Amino acid sequence: MPNEGYRNEAGIEVRVKMKSIVKQEVLALNGDEAVAYAAKQSDVDVVAAYPITPQTIIVERFSEYVANGEVETEFVCTESEHSALAACLSAAVTGARTFTASASAGLALMHEMLFVTSGCRAPVVMAIANRALSAPLNIHGDHSDTMVERDSGWIQIYVENAQEVYDTIIQAFRIAENQEVLLPVMVGLDGFTLSHTLENVRVLPDDDVKKFVGVRQLPEVVTHEGKTVPFKLDPENPMTMGPIALPNYYFEFKRQQEEAIGNAANVIQQVNEEYAQISGRHYGNGLVDTYCLEDAETAIVCLGSTAGTVKTVVDELRANGVKAGLLRIRTFRPLPVKEIIKALENVKAVAVMDRSMSFGGNGGPVFHEIRHVLYDVKKHPYVVDYFYGLGGRDTSPIQIGKIYEDLQRIVQTRRVKNPINNVGLRE
Amino acid sequence: MTSQEKSWREISPAGVCWKPSTEFLTGDWKTYKPVRDIEKCTRCLLCVLFCPDGAIHWKPQKEDIEFDYNFCKGCGICSNECPTKAIEMKLE
Repeated sequence: MPNEGYRNEAGIEVRVKMKSIVKQEVLALNGDEAVAYAAKQSDVDVVAAYPITPQTIIVERFSEYVANGEVETEFVCTESEHSALAACLSAAVTGARTFTASASAGLALMHEMLFVTSGCRAPVVMAIANRALSAPLNIHGDHSDTMVERDSGWIQIYVENAQEVYDTIIQAFRIAENQEVLLPVMVGLDGFTLSHTLENVRVLPDDDVKKFVGVRQLPEVVTHEGKTVPFKLDPENPMTMGPIALPNYYFEFKRQQEEAIGNAANVIQQVNEEYAQISGRHYGNGLVDTYCLEDAETAIVCLGSTAGTVKTVVDELRANGVKAGLLRIRTFRPLPVKEIIKALENVKAVAVMDRSMSFGGNGGPVFHEIRHVLYDVKKHPYVVDYFYGLGGRDTSPIQIGKIYEDLQRIVQTRRVKNPINNVGLRE
Repeated sequence: MTSQEKSWREISPAGVCWKPSTEFLTGDWKTYKPVRDIEKCTRCLLCVLFCPDGAIHWKPQKEDIEFDYNFCKGCGICSNECPTKAIEMKLE
């Protein structure tokens, strides 16, 4: 944990003033509880949700805060996830700070509303306790649920541990509500591995979080009456949001969303740095987190909690003189193109780890995107794909070690035998 | 697409309308147009009530109805509901 400063991914020294870091309490929280605690401190106006494993603890804890009078949040119990997100969207467009949580089939049922929420530029924050999709039925962790929603116009951040999910939920409100962004944010924490595992989590005092998230600000828009008013549904100043846009305008609205999610890349970095000033914690530059990549010959690219296991293996390999490194993609949407290129352009062989399948897609979604980004690098590294951890299957340090061995073999032989592989699958 | 249409940089977010709906003339969607036989019409105003677009107006001064072809989409509900069969749908 840096106390005096750190070098961000662009190589710029970020100074953290020791005295700006606030005193923090250490609580024993699992990932879900950490999410609920962060939401409780973030001055949320409305929570509308429907329970689903492994997310249930989040809204369960939050409903306890409501029942105990610890928050002034309006808690809406809905009859389905589709309705939960519809309620969140409606609340958010009136200017309310809004939060919800879901996973797996619940997120799939929200599919339609995800696009309406991003299209209406409603800055809803949603925690996803990543879980596999049926069939066969499985309640355990993988990335199938959020990966299929990567084109829904939501910002996607994947966290490594319970501490990061606490910090990221607080940051997510700042990112979503930024006037240059105004987009919903999905924060993914691996089901059970993070959602149900107890960790020591350092929490900021309530007042400091409240000050950090601030009061939601609204940009001004011109309505059909010609009035310039705050961008929110308000009976005093009526406006229409998300109406019909025919072939002559739909494209322009989608281009606006692309601009907004591009702006989010800068905002995520700023918020990451600003948060480091009060907490002493940062996650790479907010977009990517690199580990031992400066002189690495081989590297693994992954998302989420797996990065913890990979770091352990990298430490062992480094102790034996092997130049191994790790690139953790923290922000998957917007995809940090520049950072990925900078991190991997001098590596010789890269293994991308995919925790969801894209059936018939010649590899998984993370592989597709990493290899696509590296196409623009002149002497690009070999890039291979590893499916792993589907339906919550454990991935051991030994298996990760074997991936690095494969990469070393590729570097030595300059030949890729199997571009697409499976970790721990019985053949 | 005309040059008067705005670029993505100029429009409000989330499709917020910058013109009232009355400025979007939807009458050019129609294929069939309602034409009334004044002799048969009893001014019962059922057509005014049934028109889903509010495109048939009662004019008290004239004590008569008026079709607003700028907004009539030619659905034919008025013709179907008219008790004296005074409204005929004619190809435009």
